[in-house]
Amino acid sequence: MKSNKLNIAISGLNNVDSPGPGIPVIRGIRESNRFTSRIIGLAYENLEPGPYMHDFVDKSYKVPYPSEGVESLMDRIKYIHSRENIDVLIPNFDSEIFVFIKLVERLREMGIHTFLPTLQQFEERHKSNLPAFGKKHGIKVPISYPVTSVSEIFDLKNDHKIDYPLVIKGIFYDAFIAGNSDQAAIYFNKISAKWGLPVVVQEFVKGTEVNVVALGDGAGKTIGAVPMRKQYITDKGKAWGGITLDDPGMIDYTHKLISSTNWRGGMELELIRTSDNDLYLIEINPRLPAWVYLAVAAGQNLPEALVQLAAGETVEPFSDYAVGKIFIRYSFDMICSMDEFQQLSTTGEL
Amino acid sequence: MKIKKSLAISETGFVFDPSTGDSYNLNPTALEVIQLLKEGHSPEQISQAITRKYDVDESTFERYFYDFTGMLKQMQLVVPDEE
Repeated sequence: MKSNKLNIAISGLNNVDSPGPGIPVIRGIRESNRFTSRIIGLAYENLEPGPYMHDFVDKSYKVPYPSEGVESLMDRIKYIHSRENIDVLIPNFDSEIFVFIKLVERLREMGIHTFLPTLQQFEERHKSNLPAFGKKHGIKVPISYPVTSVSEIFDLKNDHKIDYPLVIKGIFYDAFIAGNSDQAAIYFNKISAKWGLPVVVQEFVKGTEVNVVALGDGAGKTIGAVPMRKQYITDKGKAWGGITLDDPGMIDYTHKLISSTNWRGGMELELIRTSDNDLYLIEINPRLPAWVYLAVAAGQNLPEALVQLAAGETVEPFSDYAVGKIFIRYSFDMICSMDEFQQLSTTGEL
Repeated sequence: MKIKKSLAISETGFVFDPSTGDSYNLNPTALEVIQLLKEGHSPEQISQAITRKYDVDESTFERYFYDFTGMLKQMQLVVPDEE
């Protein structure tokens, strides 16, 4: 597929206090000088800001939640494709990546290209599989156990397999540090009610959280990687400010991980650097993160490269990025007309 | 004691450590001292330079100097194996 104008469908348009990566990914794509784009927004809710951000999103469609089933999502994509002739589709939510991985072949047959991790890559990096992942790829990970009941957490403690403080994590999102059994029970219930089971119980590793946004070509090569430290963190644990780092160790770590896993697509590594300078992998998010525009500003337009890879083009790896580049997130009250809200709510299109 | 080579120090006293993303503000005297350290001067040479320039005796300067360099070590702004 070679085209200077691409129709790109993108989800994750909830540009709110805990933002999805959609809008930052679009910003990168809009800045491309290799192709022009028509952006088709895939929205789950009427009040996601993305559909109303007309500088970024040309046309939006409501789509059903993945939990409503693969076929209803597929039917909706077919309809959107019949109207928009989608070239590339970039899902940006952890919770929908699995479904889209399952649909990759069917989408390809329709002429819709994606650039997602394989099912095996997606599954093995799951929070609940992290210890085995660490062992397989020779990297340090905190001890963690998937649990389905509060009593299992108490058993792990009684069996001296884990101790407080520990981290209670949702299968997709959310994490809380529990200092005792009461807190562990509260957080377990809170997370399981929101994200379902299993809940992951993880050893608390003391240190500084650092992150890497990266893109793998699926054949072991790292197309780009930019390390960042969060400078300001919201009560939801999201970065509200961050800075690019000069850290060859983190870059080397990312290259080795991508080479070892043959990672395909975007990823975010969440790491803890201990006082002994060891890096512990606490999570791999199988997509570009909401702060990906920092990488674009630092000289690595990873969303653009991802689109090119999806389109079957060869992409030369980035070799450099600007150190000390800072992002500061801000909130902004966008004024929208009732007509637009009504249109999206009733017709599912805007 | 060697200051990290990668440390960016501006003329206004803003210090940026690109490996951690941390930044600091120095007062003018601290800026002079850290620049002398970065140029590779010994504590004795720095003491001579500062006491000659400012109205401070050697022992007072030494106290402040080691307090300051202790802080630099704590903040990991010095090369570890040279400590």
